[in-house]
Amino acid sequence: MGAKWFGASVRRKEDPAFLRGKGRYIDDIKLPDMLHAAFVRSPHAHARIGRIVKSAALAIPGVYAVLAYSDLPDVVRRQMLPLLVPHPSISQPLLPYALAKDEACYVGEPVACVVAENRYIAEDAAQLVEVEYEPLPAVNDCRAALEPGAPLAHTGSDSNVAAEFPVSVGDTDSAFRGAAHVFREKIFQHRGGPFSMECRGAVAHYEAATQSHTLYVASQGSHRLKRCMLDMFELGDNQVRVVTPDVGGGFGPKGSYYPEYVNIAVAAMTLNRPVKWIEDRRENFLTTHQERDQFWDAEIAVDGDAKILGVRGRLIHETGAYVPWGIVLPWISATTVPGPYVIPNFKLDVVSVFTNKIQTTPVRGAGRPEAVVTMERLMDRVARELKLDPAEVRRRNFIRPEQMPYEVGIIFRDGRPVTYDSGDYPASQAAALEAADYAGFAGRREAARREGRYLGIGFANAVEATGIGPYEGATVRVSSTGKIAVYTGAAPQGQSHKTTLAQIAADQLGVGFEDVTVVTADTAIIPMGIGTFSSRTAVNAGSSVHLAAIEVCAKAKQIAAGMMECSEQDLELADGFVRLKGAPEMKRSLREIALKSIGMPGFSMAGGLPPGLEHTAYFAPDRATYSNGTHVAEVEVDIETGSAKILRYTVTHDCGRVINPMVVDGQVIGGVAHGVGNALLERMVYDDNAQPISTNFGEYLMPLATDVPHVDLVHLETPSPLNPLGLKGAGEGGTIPAIAAIISAVENALAPFGVIIAEAPITPQRIVELLGEHALGRTR
Amino acid sequence: MADSMADTRRIIVTVNGRTYARDVETRMTLVDFLRHDLDLTGTHVGCEHGVCGACTVLLDGRSARACLMLAVQCSGREVTTVEGLAVDEKLNSLQQAFQDNHGLQCGFCTPGMLMTLSEFLRDHPDPSESEVREVLSGNLCRCTGYQAIVAAALDAARRIREGA
Repeated sequence: MGAKWFGASVRRKEDPAFLRGKGRYIDDIKLPDMLHAAFVRSPHAHARIGRIVKSAALAIPGVYAVLAYSDLPDVVRRQMLPLLVPHPSISQPLLPYALAKDEACYVGEPVACVVAENRYIAEDAAQLVEVEYEPLPAVNDCRAALEPGAPLAHTGSDSNVAAEFPVSVGDTDSAFRGAAHVFREKIFQHRGGPFSMECRGAVAHYEAATQSHTLYVASQGSHRLKRCMLDMFELGDNQVRVVTPDVGGGFGPKGSYYPEYVNIAVAAMTLNRPVKWIEDRRENFLTTHQERDQFWDAEIAVDGDAKILGVRGRLIHETGAYVPWGIVLPWISATTVPGPYVIPNFKLDVVSVFTNKIQTTPVRGAGRPEAVVTMERLMDRVARELKLDPAEVRRRNFIRPEQMPYEVGIIFRDGRPVTYDSGDYPASQAAALEAADYAGFAGRREAARREGRYLGIGFANAVEATGIGPYEGATVRVSSTGKIAVYTGAAPQGQSHKTTLAQIAADQLGVGFEDVTVVTADTAIIPMGIGTFSSRTAVNAGSSVHLAAIEVCAKAKQIAAGMMECSEQDLELADGFVRLKGAPEMKRSLREIALKSIGMPGFSMAGGLPPGLEHTAYFAPDRATYSNGTHVAEVEVDIETGSAKILRYTVTHDCGRVINPMVVDGQVIGGVAHGVGNALLERMVYDDNAQPISTNFGEYLMPLATDVPHVDLVHLETPSPLNPLGLKGAGEGGTIPAIAAIISAVENALAPFGVIIAEAPITPQRIVELLGEHALGRTR
Repeated sequence: MADSMADTRRIIVTVNGRTYARDVETRMTLVDFLRHDLDLTGTHVGCEHGVCGACTVLLDGRSARACLMLAVQCSGREVTTVEGLAVDEKLNSLQQAFQDNHGLQCGFCTPGMLMTLSEFLRDHPDPSESEVREVLSGNLCRCTGYQAIVAAALDAARRIREGA
């Protein structure tokens, strides 16, 4: 089958509705008799909860219910929210209850749920719910949490350690003993948030007659949320349906399961009316999961030629108040450190620590940007100490393409050894430096210096595990109209699944792109699903569509062969028909074949084939496939104001074969902007009592159109051998090396002042502080 | 509090060329009125504090944040929302340029972007890239990195100038 659609920058199916204001996002859903919920949330980072008085709230006309923990059904009261990824290293598997039971452990933790006729009244009433709090000492920093005598994030536990585990390969301590040079960096990386433009939200609908729940939710995967609902309410499979409508951005945290979903389902059941909850932006700052608070203490050992002998250290990862995703984040961080380099000996001791802050769970990049910052800071340090070009230090340490597949020697979070399947890392760096005119930078820097301006260049390499299992599925069906329907559990939030999956199906079935409709993320359309996160959908759902479409083709030929009295080997699919090769006027339409395969009442089925011109495939990858890339940032730093402006930004990106180049460019360039925010702007500030003090877009700075650079993008294409279409993931590669490249460039610009940067973000205020420390002779 | 809830006024407002007479609570924001009373859900609520620009509409032809205005302030005035841009289901030049340049991903910020740019391109038919970035700096997008939006705006300006 020729690839007519695959590989083309096809315009998106999603766009016409979105552009006309006809999208259907969660807050656009309006059910008859729907009520609205608002939450009473803890104003303290840590507090014991006493009496809750509801009478004033209930007295407001239009208020239907005020639920506290004690009002929840037994089944909900007796269990914490589910731990999504359990692991034996988790010593304290603490998760929240649907409403705080007797203790609140972060600012914003839900304490009561108010349901009213509209949101205005619900919010009025929420303010009138009186809650007695006894404030408890709070811990606001992952390093402080490990100090002796630190406040405990949870009363009754004996430490703030949630989990501890080592990641190691080789004999690291021996390697360090024999090394010519050892360098150590201590790096703190600060959290930020996803800040999708649409906040979270859900609508719960309970049908008493069938005792079943329907939850509409702005999520990144309906099926996992359904399984959480079944666990939480102890229901049968038939009693919960979860539907994800159009989603206004996710970036990770919409993949989590949150207490609000449980509460509105309880309210809908209790009141027998649909209940909607839409998060406001302040709640979004307080209660939607965030990421990136990590403290790294890492050492690198190299020989006299700057070849890496080993890397070792300790990672303190902040999980916040609970561990909803277990150790997924620090594990990804730890296993991402080696990246594209040969590191024969590696040992990282990882500890995941509780604080009284909102939980950290994957945000675009998911633990990888932090690891890349650490590794690339170490590489820059080696270059500086040994007076070598940073590009040369990396060249000497790259895994060579002929070493593929390459076993890193450690175990990834999918339980499989980290084995890079393919990629050409030296070529990636070389192409990026060429496109960025790295060789000409010294001239540009000198010219700028003559004008009193400070330019710097920095770059970073990354290797990214994508397309992880366990699976995603797709049903490809030729409907009785002859049009194609593709159903999948994948849950797009802007990634263009409805376009890219249709491209794959159209090619395989020999139909027009416009004849394919992709339906996503509804548990009623396909039995099993995982969701869209971790750059996994093209690989998993894309492969499933491809495999299912192949089966549908085979079945169409089988049925048509019977109808046309010929051999199926002589048939081909094109233009919506199965036709005889060499005599294309001899043909049957897919519609005719579909009707034949559906059958007629009372007549026996043709050929004994299972009914329906359709097939469901679940592609289950053996292991992750690894994308890679290089980012080069050229910046100008104003040494008076501390402002850093990105003058030029170059990316090479290899995500294997590309379904739709326009869509991949959009993913990568958008990802860079997220990295720019993490590198230069975004700070989620907490005071000493873990009280968040940056809770709006005036205080927390998101990258604007004037902050992000034009990105020059170079595609490399090393197909993955691990799936039928040669795909790798593309959703996060724009973000992962960006922070490392940008802070390296800022440091490079400030090299005349000896400023060393070991943190992210690096804001204008911090740059001025660091320059001041230099002026006072305090830099190292 | 109960008193304030009972405080309603009759407003007469024209939205996308159609005139509505409605009784609204005085405290209801314009964006809630558009979305929930008129079912014009194309205008989105992103931050409710006037920073993100997702709720941008045109009020008497000038861009305004529908989350920072009350519906009662719009009585006697004319509002244009994203639903008012396409003519007979056909995308206008700006909308078509957004599709052709992949100027949207999740689509949530898009209505605000379109309304901001509708005003801007009307008043600045031949803008530079830096002028486009400047005007877009009042609208947040987390998906695109703005590059494709800037390209769409410049492409739309060209199409409009050429009468496309």
